[in-house]
Amino acid sequence: MKELTIDATVENIERVTAFIEEQLEPLGCSMKARMQIAIAIDELFGNIAHYAYNPDVGPATVRVEVSGEPLAVLITFIDNGVPYDPLAKEDPNTALSAEEREVGGLGIYMVKKSMDEITYEYRNGQNILKIRKRI
Amino acid sequence: MKISKTENGSSLCLALEGRLDTNTAPELENTLKNSIDGITELTIDMQSLDYLSSAGLRVLLGAQKTMNKQGQMQVTHVNDTIMEIFEVTGFVDILTIK
Repeated sequence: MKELTIDATVENIERVTAFIEEQLEPLGCSMKARMQIAIAIDELFGNIAHYAYNPDVGPATVRVEVSGEPLAVLITFIDNGVPYDPLAKEDPNTALSAEEREVGGLGIYMVKKSMDEITYEYRNGQNILKIRKRI
Repeated sequence: MKISKTENGSSLCLALEGRLDTNTAPELENTLKNSIDGITELTIDMQSLDYLSSAGLRVLLGAQKTMNKQGQMQVTHVNDTIMEIFEVTGFVDILTIK
């Protein structure tokens, strides 16, 4: 298990992505899975950066674990900000025209669709969001 | 992300390279804002784009809405990862993908 605790800012998304990609490197993870995980980090860490401590800045911890049979990566995002369950949001209507479309909720929807599992809990003053992706 | 701009009269092509995400989407938004006036044909070339997140989708949707009023927009050279994003989010029906 590897862990990184860092200020939750959009500028740090790149560092979090690099940290996770470093862990994925030796696993022979497919390009597509790597891209999908990078998108998930952008959406989830970006959410924390935007909402958890707004308008202040606070820390977030990103934990990476790898499990075998079948090989999967588990990434946990933890922050001490305001309780926020991104999974509570209704899925967007993806059948609307450009004029009727709103982009709100699309990010988390993309993550739900591309990961094998996503869970949220609020425990001991912490938002704990986990994603699992078979690689 | 790198944006290469090719303008020819009222056609504009923006070739994107790298990642279109939370941090880079504002660059594309600014480039579009500064160059879309008077454009009737807009091409977004994704040949060298690795992926895009919802921040990128937001900018593409805005561009599409603008171009619906003043001309046409097409998205070209979309890789498999990006195509799947367009399919999952319903953007395949909004964008003209070639």
